[in-house]
Amino acid sequence: MESSAFKSIKDLPKVEYFSAGHRLCQGCPEGIIAKLVTKVLGPNVIVVSPTGCLEVSTSVYPETAWKVPWIHVAFENAAAVASGVEAGIKALRRKGIKFVDEKIHVVVLAGDGGTADIGLQALSGALERGHDFVYICMDNEAYMNTGIQRSGTTPFKAWTTTTPVGAKWRGKLQPKKDMAAIAVAHRIPYVAVASISHPLDFANKVKKAAEIEGSAYIHVSAPCPTGWRFDPSKTVEVARLGVLTGMWVLYEVEMGKFRVTVTVPRRRPVKDYLRMQGRFSHLTDEEVAEVQRYVDEEVERINKVVGYEAIGPVAK
Amino acid sequence: MFLSTNYAVAYAVKSCDVDVVTAYPITPQTTVVEKISEFVANGELDAEFIPIESEHSALSAVIGASAVGARVFTATASQGLALMHEVLFIASTMRLPIVMSIANRSLNTPLNIHCDYQDMMASRDCGWVQVYVSSAQEAHDTIIQAYRLAERSDVLLPVCVCYDGFVLSHTYEPVEVRERDEVLKFLPRTERPNVLDPRRPVTMGVMALPDYAYEFKYQLVDALTRAPRALEEVDREYERAFGVGYGLYEEYRAEDAEVLLVAMGAIASTAKIAIDKLREMGVKAGLFRPRLYRPVLEEIWREKLKRTKILAVVDRAISFGAVGGPLFTDVASLFANEPERPLMMNFIVGLGGRDVTIKDLMEIVEISRKALKKGRVEKPCVYYGVRGVEHGE
Amino acid sequence: MTELKKWYELPVGCMNTEPGSSLRNLTGGWRTFRPVVDKSRCTKCHLCWVFCPEGAVELEEDGFVKVNYSYCKGCGICANECYPKAITMKR
Repeated sequence: MESSAFKSIKDLPKVEYFSAGHRLCQGCPEGIIAKLVTKVLGPNVIVVSPTGCLEVSTSVYPETAWKVPWIHVAFENAAAVASGVEAGIKALRRKGIKFVDEKIHVVVLAGDGGTADIGLQALSGALERGHDFVYICMDNEAYMNTGIQRSGTTPFKAWTTTTPVGAKWRGKLQPKKDMAAIAVAHRIPYVAVASISHPLDFANKVKKAAEIEGSAYIHVSAPCPTGWRFDPSKTVEVARLGVLTGMWVLYEVEMGKFRVTVTVPRRRPVKDYLRMQGRFSHLTDEEVAEVQRYVDEEVERINKVVGYEAIGPVAK
Repeated sequence: MFLSTNYAVAYAVKSCDVDVVTAYPITPQTTVVEKISEFVANGELDAEFIPIESEHSALSAVIGASAVGARVFTATASQGLALMHEVLFIASTMRLPIVMSIANRSLNTPLNIHCDYQDMMASRDCGWVQVYVSSAQEAHDTIIQAYRLAERSDVLLPVCVCYDGFVLSHTYEPVEVRERDEVLKFLPRTERPNVLDPRRPVTMGVMALPDYAYEFKYQLVDALTRAPRALEEVDREYERAFGVGYGLYEEYRAEDAEVLLVAMGAIASTAKIAIDKLREMGVKAGLFRPRLYRPVLEEIWREKLKRTKILAVVDRAISFGAVGGPLFTDVASLFANEPERPLMMNFIVGLGGRDVTIKDLMEIVEISRKALKKGRVEKPCVYYGVRGVEHGE
Repeated sequence: MTELKKWYELPVGCMNTEPGSSLRNLTGGWRTFRPVVDKSRCTKCHLCWVFCPEGAVELEEDGFVKVNYSYCKGCGICANECYPKAITMKR
């Protein structure tokens, strides 16, 4: 497995399977993700997307940005449609009717709403049945397509249009739903957390996930300039700070074995990440400290699981 | 073989050599998918059997499988059908040749597992071809015909085969099972333009703005206009291959009928016996049984129904708040611009599995005759058989 | 301005049969700022090529990059991520 991993950016395939001219916002991370995923897996890939930013921005008739087969059905059923695509290919191949000597990757490119909330049932069913597909959740931490409403993966205290900041509320009242942990609980062969700021790590996880027989789940950070309130040029930088502050730990769980893939010897304080984003601009120093404590606890837990200090202390 | 309608459907699906089946249990359909899983388990049917986690996903998954070119099947009823409601519209506008069987059952609330047509009637606008059968043999044959119809390049529409829950789904009849080799000759594999294939990448399920959305919908309207002629041809070809055909509708002693019952499914079978008894008594009763329900056969229905003096349209579903049940409003719309038309009454019967007996149907004809004698219908819609509701003129 | 298709001219089944037809949509018109590449500073790391959400940064034969201004939306990610500061955003 390691020998076929990409060793540098230069190793990435050059052919593009995702066209320019789509209607995603300036600086949209989903454009980066769609490009990278289809580049790594294309052309023998079938992409399934639920309703969301990526879907509406890339498929407005008569234009389509997709140069690989792509299907959209509805909001909550991407995993179910992908299950059917995978089963259909399996059956037709076995009966010698179609796809006989080809390996076709089935990939879901879904947002967090269509994964953690309305799409959770279909995802859970598909993972339990172990369909051979790669489910990639592009987590921009809200229902961005409909105008920035909170979802299950919106982080604690973030502003959204349905968790506004006012006299009674200070952003989202609940912590972020841990989708990767839910995927791990289904005992599938491969779960990973990735970030666009570390494209090689992400590309290798996509490749590994596709090569593994069975279900694979990748949760990738997708900072949204429009919804998180930062300048579009900072998208990758915000993602990187998420990793460097320990708020977004890059790991993989392969056959149940937990491994941190990008270690962070000296962590940046969370305020470096939070202060970059307008959606956290209302946080007091106390609230920032609360977030810092939460991250410290998570980091300690992860370090215990892997048995060494994969994520280091906050640099003074 | 001696089979229930559910099993007759399962045997038909086996003979059709489907590739993917999604299964979710709901009474009274469950034994269809149980039987199919037996076939797969002992190698009689080579298919991917997906024990899916909900009906919404059941239809979504067969959409995915059909989208790569597989022959697919699923079955449902009642709440399950209601749950997949949004996906029904998607399957039809995506022009996927999906075949689904429905063992018609009431919709909640109250929870009722018995027969009425509320489930499919609540979704009748979805753009699927809808056929209502009235025997196990017909269900078996119609499933096979459905694949041939759905996969025709001039049709490419999903088809659902509906039959009365419990009344048909669980009752046993002798069924001539069509053997796989014969069926596969009748159902050759064909290529379709709308498939996902890396060799010809397409984008399926696009978004459309107001400039294009209506044109996409109209494609479906147009395809449905071709479905009746296509089903007629398929039915004739089926008769040549297997010796049995059903047509798009059935008439029983209708030519000179003064009171014409319009009924579908199992009630139509019971009606034939009622009509025989009435005829012995000198009452000129007859039956028109639609087999193809959607699309409505506008010209044929109008021609067949206008010859009589009064129509007694039997609905096994309520369209709450409307003037009459679903079949009644379909029939009434045929005569919207006709200066000459029969009187029309609507009898809403058998909800929640309440039995519709020969006596009930005879009384329905009697009530219609009374209205005919009066020369007018005061209240067309009769909720027949509700304790506390007086019926009859 | 392309003429709108009639219903019978559309592909069957709500699909688009022209992969990559979004290239007809020249999103370069969205820009306020445009990235300018200084080849003397460029180390050919290709990160700008990876990070461009549009795919508007193209690789050349010699390993340098070229911006496709027909599609560049001017987001500025390339300039922000360029470590040797070879890309600057100009009006």
